[in-house]
Formats: sequence, C-alpha cells, structure tokens
Amino acid sequence: MGIKVSLEKCIGCSLCVRSCAVSAIQIIDKKAVIDMSKCTLCAACVEACKKYQAITIEKESSSGVDISQYKNIAVFVEQREGVINGVSYEMIGEGRKLADQLGEKLYAIFPGHNMQKQAEELVKYGVDKVFYVNGESLEHFQDDTYCQIVSDFINKEKPSIVLAGATAVGRSFIPKVAARVYGGLVADCTKLDIDTEKKLLLGTRPAFGGNLMATIICPHHRPQMATVRHKVMKAAVKNDSRTGEVVIHNIDKVLPFERTKIIDIIKDIESTINITEADIVVSGGRGMGSAEKFAMLRELAEVLGGAVGASRAAVDNGWIPYSHQVGQTGKTVCPKLYIACGISGSVQHMAGMQSSDFIIAINKDPNADIFQIANLGIVGDLNEIVPALTKAFRERSGK
Amino acid sequence: MNIVVCIKQVPGTTQVKINPETGTLIRDGVEAVVNPFDEYAIEEAIRIREKVGGVVKVVTMGPPQAESALRSAIAMGADEGYLITDRAFAGSDTWATSYTLSSGIKTLGQVDLIICGKQAIDGDTAQVGPGIAEMLNLPYVAWVRKVQEITATSIKVERLMEEGYDVVEMPLPGLMTVVKEINTPRMASLKGKMKAKSATINTINASALSVDAGKLGLKGSPTQVLRSFVPERKSGGEKISGEVPAMVDKIYNTIYDLGVVK
Repeated sequence: MGIKVSLEKCIGCSLCVRSCAVSAIQIIDKKAVIDMSKCTLCAACVEACKKYQAITIEKESSSGVDISQYKNIAVFVEQREGVINGVSYEMIGEGRKLADQLGEKLYAIFPGHNMQKQAEELVKYGVDKVFYVNGESLEHFQDDTYCQIVSDFINKEKPSIVLAGATAVGRSFIPKVAARVYGGLVADCTKLDIDTEKKLLLGTRPAFGGNLMATIICPHHRPQMATVRHKVMKAAVKNDSRTGEVVIHNIDKVLPFERTKIIDIIKDIESTINITEADIVVSGGRGMGSAEKFAMLRELAEVLGGAVGASRAAVDNGWIPYSHQVGQTGKTVCPKLYIACGISGSVQHMAGMQSSDFIIAINKDPNADIFQIANLGIVGDLNEIVPALTKAFRERSGK
Repeated sequence: MNIVVCIKQVPGTTQVKINPETGTLIRDGVEAVVNPFDEYAIEEAIRIREKVGGVVKVVTMGPPQAESALRSAIAMGADEGYLITDRAFAGSDTWATSYTLSSGIKTLGQVDLIICGKQAIDGDTAQVGPGIAEMLNLPYVAWVRKVQEITATSIKVERLMEEGYDVVEMPLPGLMTVVKEINTPRMASLKGKMKAKSATINTINASALSVDAGKLGLKGSPTQVLRSFVPERKSGGEKISGEVPAMVDKIYNTIYDLGVVK
C-alpha cells in the first residue's frame, strides 16, 4: 500500500508539484519525489499526472468481507406526513434500471405509519419486494429509529447496493447506517453507473462546490451506498400490471433505542412547493432591491407552477427566509427551468443551480457572471419584464 | 460542560482555480483555512461555554500543518487544541475519518457535547459528523440552526428541514451538526491571537488510540476515488437586450417550447 512514482515514466514536468495541496512533492534530479511525512494520499497528483501516468496509489485488496453474500438493490423510501416524496420515486426508477442491468431484484425499505396502501402501490412502480415497517413512532423522522430499521434490514437482507435521496433526512441518517454496517457511502450523487463485469456501483458527485467531479467506488465492502440528488434521475412510472411482494413488519409504540424527541414541526416556507422538488424555480437576488419586490417573483412562480428561490444576498437582507436560499450555503436545486432575476451569479450561488436543465437570467448588468451559464440571457429591467411575463402566462392560462 | 468541536483544514474554496491545460485543480498558493462551516460550530461552542461554563476542546485530523487550523480556533476563543495525526491515517475516506476522530475523542475524557459543521467545503459530504455520533453511540441531531435551551443533561435545538424546522430535544452527551444560520462567528481578538500563538497543541498519534489498524487510512476506507474530472461548464447561450415586449415574447416562447409549464 502506498504512493509510487515511476522513474521511467516521470519526466519531471512538475504538474504534480502544483497540484499538491500539502506541498509534499519536489522535483529532484528531474524526478518527482514525494515527502511521505506530508502526503495525505489525496490522489490529486495522480490526476495531474494523467498524461504520463507516472504516479500510482496502490491499495491492498481485501477487507475481510465476503462480498459475494451481497445481492440485489435496495431503495430507502422516505415519507413526510404520510406522503412519499418525489425523490423516492426517482430512486425507484434508477434502482429498477440498475437492477435490470445486474439481473437482480429491487427492494424498498420503507418506514412509516398507517401507509400499508402506499407501500403496496410501490410494487406498481417497479419494486420487486417492499419491506414496509409500520409504527406510530415512525410517522416522523428520527435518526435513531430510521438508522436501526435500515441497518437491521441491511444486515438481514444483505443488499449489494442501497440508494436514498439526498434530502435533509437521507443525508442525516444514511451516514450513520454506513458507519454502523461498514458500508461505503457516496454523498449527494448526480450520476450512477454500473460496472456490470465487477458488479460495482460508480457514484459520480460534485466536490469543491461543484468545481470538481469525482467518481467513487466501493470495491471491497458492502453494501455500496449512495445518497442521490433530487431531479437528476427519472422518476419511476406506475404500471398497474406489475406485481411483487410486500412484507409488513409492525413495531412497538415506543422503541428502546429512540433517544431524541420531536417537540414540534414548524413550516417556515412561503409556498407549499419545496424548491428542491420543484420543476421550475424563480429566484431573486440583490437586484430585487426589497422584500416587497419578491411579490413579483411569487406571482410569476405561481402562474408557472414553480417555487421561489433566492440568493444569499437576498436572504441576508431579510427579504425572504433562509429555507429559500439556493447556493453553496443553502440548497442545491436542479429544476427543469431556473429563472434568475437580479442575481449577478457568484460562484457560491452557481454551485447550487448550475446543473439546472435550462437557465434564464434577467439582469440589467450585461456583464453579470450569471450570463456565462444562462441558456437565455435577458439584459433588461426585471421590474418591467417579470410582471409582463406573468401577465402573458396569466392570459394564456385564463387566470 | 466539556464541549468538543471537530474541525477540518480546507483550501479557501473561492480561490480554487482550474488549470485549463491539465484540467486539474491548482492548489499551490491557496491559503489553508478553517472550514467555514466549522467556524459556526466553534462559535456556538464558545457561546454555550459563555452561558453555562466549561471547556471547549477543538479536534482535527490531518497532516501536521493542520495545527494552524487549531490555532485559529483558539484565537476565536476555544480553550484547547488536539491534532490527531499519523501517516497511518493518510487516504482516509469519511468512514475511516469518523473512526479515527471518534477514537481520538475517546482519549479526551468526559465529553458532554460534540459540535461539527454541517459539512466541509472541499469534500461536501456531510458524513463525518453522523459517523462520529454512530461510532461513539451518541444521540445526534443534524442541521441545527438554533439552540433553544441547554442544561447539563439535555439540549433543545431547531433542526433545519427543507420546508421549515423541527424542534428536537436530545439528551446529553450528544452530537449536533450546525448550519450557517445558527450564528455569526466572531473575529479573533488580538488577545486571542496572542494566546493562540503560544498555546500548546496536543498531538495524538495512532499509537495513542485503541483502534483496529486495519480500519485506518486508505486500507480501512470502504470508498475509493476512481477518477476525478472538471465538469463541463455550461457555456452561455443567447443573450438579448432591447425592447421589453420583444424580450418578454422571447422568454414566453422559450418557456413554452421547453414544455415545463402545465
């Protein structure tokens, strides 16, 4: 195990030196020399040396886990207030695709309360076997209970792959599950693939605020786990002719391992549409100028059937609650259409919305950075354009 | 109250530039900073100490130079710094990092509350905080945007969710991860900076931990980076200006053609 420089391949170009975050590489006698007391094996130099392939990191290939025991794909199904969220159907759609590629079954693990009917419906979306866990204390999300249920399921059913939506819930408790079962977890994926030969899951995800993409594998541990962003996978389509199995497990009212307690659940969002699940997001930034002006965006979002987002500047000015903030310190969205109004386009904001399918930017500054990523850039006054656009759509829909 | 804050040293992300020729990140000359999300964790720990008394211990796992991140935290007002460092930790993924940090925290004696930033801005995984909670078998709440109440035995917090927040009560000892909404981190005072300069940083090596060596570093990490690449940048499309009605027509037709409006 360790990092090696091939003296034959290394030409002393020093690309690796510049790529090293911890200044561990020096060029001595026209060859790269790595200071092992500094190196963190981050592999940035391996990437920098792509052209010459002189630097390699080797790893012992054993974990003591018999990976052949693990088979099939499992999807965590998430509900809030008795409604299964959209990303769960996206996980089922993607899980079905991966299961077909591997010739394996698709499982769903679903904690809830009084949702037997919805659990049975999941079969029609493509799940082969639904494990529905029913209990009063499962109505609301709690890390301890959800972690216990999903970990027990993994230990018993031994799925090879486990997928969950990268929601506030999924990203809270799935890492606990991975820690417990010693699985390999890839956070916040935007793409999944299968190496069918090695039966490996390839999870691709953004890092450095979207500046770098990394494809991550889990070769010697099981399960291979991933949380996946909203709106990047196609949702499963219902087909009434599909059949499958539903296993229902009822649990006691109070679970002994439940340590935290929910006191209250407060809605702090202006509309009922969750911006991470919306197909259309209409966002406002510093250029809006005031809290009152956001009314224009709400009207446009309403007529389009979308949700209202905001840049950090707008949130920091107190024009709209933080739950609407899009960007590195807010939410990441990838809707079909993102309309950026009065948003200049900071790196941090763009990290949260640049994977949207189509971006329209309205800004009076023709040099605003947002135009660099907008599919359609409108240089003009949003105070005139936004209301006129709302009016045009209203007339069309007869509202 | 004994409060532990887990921090990470990261490159200041806004300065991260891509080399157009090689397509890799240019990291030289990039200043190493305390992960911004961890500053909220440090600040909250100091505020809790100011309210109920106690000690704030800052812990990081990293190469020797990560010591400067601990000094920055002490300059803000943390009391003690612990650097968990060893060649054996190199190449750790989030699982192995959680394992190492939780083993390090076990050497610190009584711990009542552990605070982590919600995620680091380089890896963006948000997996180490919950991993530590699991490995120390502690109750845990993620995405805390406000501490409503704290006593010696419990804490009541607001957990940020997509559509609002949950009020959650957690017994102590416990672990929480915090979001930026929770506070505004203070600037280090001159006195704090002086103190940080002369502070003793405690170093913890692998030999000081009761760990299974096979679960450390690259070898103990379930995940591996297969490859990394720079995403294709969206290039700007059409940019128009002119009369409002014409531009509105253009937007209307574009949206209509996308077929996204029901």
